[in-house]
Amino acid sequence: MSYWEFLQTYGVRILDGTAVTGIQFLFASAVAIAVALIAGLGKLSSNLLIRSIAITYIEIFRGTSLLVQLYWIFFVLPLFGITLPKFAAGFLSVGMNVGAYGAELVRGAIQSVPKGQWEAALALNMSPAQRMRRVILPQAFLLMLPPWGNLIIELLKGTALVSLISVADLMFQSKQINASTYLSAQSFGTALIVYYILARFLVTPFMRWLERVMARRLGRG
Amino acid sequence: MEDMSEYPLELSGDNVPMVRFMNVTKSYGELVVLDKLDLDIAAGEMVTVIGPSGSGKTTVLRMLMTLETINGGVICVDGQPLTHMPKGGVLVPADARHLRKIRASIGMCFQHFNLFPHMTALQNCMEGPVQVLGLSKQAARERSEELLDLVGMIDKKDQHPSRLSGGQQQRVAIARALAMRPKVMLFDEVTSALDPEVIGEVTNVIRKLVSEHNLTMLMVTHQMGFARDISDRICFFFGGRIEEQGPPDELFANPQRDRTRQFLSAVKEAV
Repeated sequence: MSYWEFLQTYGVRILDGTAVTGIQFLFASAVAIAVALIAGLGKLSSNLLIRSIAITYIEIFRGTSLLVQLYWIFFVLPLFGITLPKFAAGFLSVGMNVGAYGAELVRGAIQSVPKGQWEAALALNMSPAQRMRRVILPQAFLLMLPPWGNLIIELLKGTALVSLISVADLMFQSKQINASTYLSAQSFGTALIVYYILARFLVTPFMRWLERVMARRLGRG
Repeated sequence: MEDMSEYPLELSGDNVPMVRFMNVTKSYGELVVLDKLDLDIAAGEMVTVIGPSGSGKTTVLRMLMTLETINGGVICVDGQPLTHMPKGGVLVPADARHLRKIRASIGMCFQHFNLFPHMTALQNCMEGPVQVLGLSKQAARERSEELLDLVGMIDKKDQHPSRLSGGQQQRVAIARALAMRPKVMLFDEVTSALDPEVIGEVTNVIRKLVSEHNLTMLMVTHQMGFARDISDRICFFFGGRIEEQGPPDELFANPQRDRTRQFLSAVKEAV
C-alpha cells in the first residue's frame, strides 16, 4: 500500500483524531491557564491557608508523572465516588498538570514586575486588588508570554497520553490503525507530522502574534 | 512595648500642623534609621530634607507615604493619626482601611518616576481618579488634561512612558500625583535620575506649584541651589536625627553645627 493509498483509506480517521486532539488541547489549555492564575496568585497570598493549598497543588501535580495523574483521575477517583467521563478526565489531567508549571510562571512574572510599580500604585491609594488587576497583572502577562509559549507546546504533546484512557484522539486513532494494519511507519509517521504541524504552524505563530499584540498594548511595540 | 496613652487621639487647637512626626523610630533589625524623630510641617509649608546618604531622609518620606511601617511613635496628617487609629480610647496600629482613608491626603513622586508603562500619559493621570476616587471618565479626563497642561505635557498626553524622556516622565508623574488632589506632596529625589539638561524642566514645575498652589510639600533633594530658592525651611538630617534646621538663607549662609558645615562644604566642592 502506497502512502497515498494509506491516506485515502485512513485519512478520515486521522482527521477525526486530530479534531479530538484539538478540542482536548483547547480545553486543557483553558484549564491550565485558569488554575495557573489561581495557584500562582494563591502562592503569593498572605493568607496561610490559601498559600498552603496552592503550594500543595503545585507540588503534587508538578512532582508526579502526568500519566499517573491521568490514571488516578480516571481509575482511582471513581473509588471515592467521583466518576468523570474519559473525555473530561483527559483534558482535566493535562490541564491540571501543565497548570502547576504555569503557576510558577505566573508567580515569577508577578514578582519580576519592578517594586516601584507597586509603590506607585499604593501612592495612588489603590486597593491591593486594584494594584494587582490594573497595574501588576497587565505587565506580568507580557513577561510570562514567552515561557507560556513553550508550556503550551508541551501541553499539546502531553494530550497524546489521553489515548491511554481511550479518548479517541490522534494518537489513539494511529494506534488503532497500526493494530489492524501493521503499517507502523505510516500510522505513527503521520501522527508525528500532524503533531509537528499543529505545534509549529498553529501554536507557535499564535503565541508570537499574542506577544506582539500585548507588547503594542504596553507601548513597547 | 511603647505606652500609647502618651499620645493624643487626634490633634486639635489653633495651630494643628499638616504633618506631625512624634517620637518616630524606624529600624531594620539592629540598624536604627530614624531615632525618635519629632518634626512638624505647617499647612502650605515647603520643607526640604537634606543630608548625607544613609541619614534617613528618604525613609521620612516613605514612612509618610506608608511604604514603610514605623517601629515607634506616631505620625499624624491633618490632625488625624496616620500610622495608628483610636480604638477604645487609645491608639492602636492602623488597619488597612484606616491607612487607606488617611493616605488619601498624601501624594508622592519617585526618583525613578514609576509611571505605569502600559498606560499613556493621560491614562496614567486618570487611573487614580477613576479607580480610587470614583470620578467619571469625563471628569477624570478634564482634570488630568488640566494638570498635564500645567506641567507642560498636554501635547504628549497620548504617548506611552517608553516614548518620553526622563524629564517628561517625571512631569507626568507629578501630574498623576496631583490628580488625586493631595494635601501633602512628597518629592523623593525627583531630579536624581535625570540628565543635567532636563533637571530644569522638572524643578520649574515644582517652583510653579510652590508659587501658585497652597500645597504642603516635603522634598528630598541634592539640588542645593533649588532647595535654597524655594524652601520655607531646610532640615539637615544626620544619623537618623535632625542635626539642624532653619530657613534656607540662615542654614546655608550660617550653619551652626559642624556636621552641617562639613556636609555643605563637601556638596559645594562636588558642584
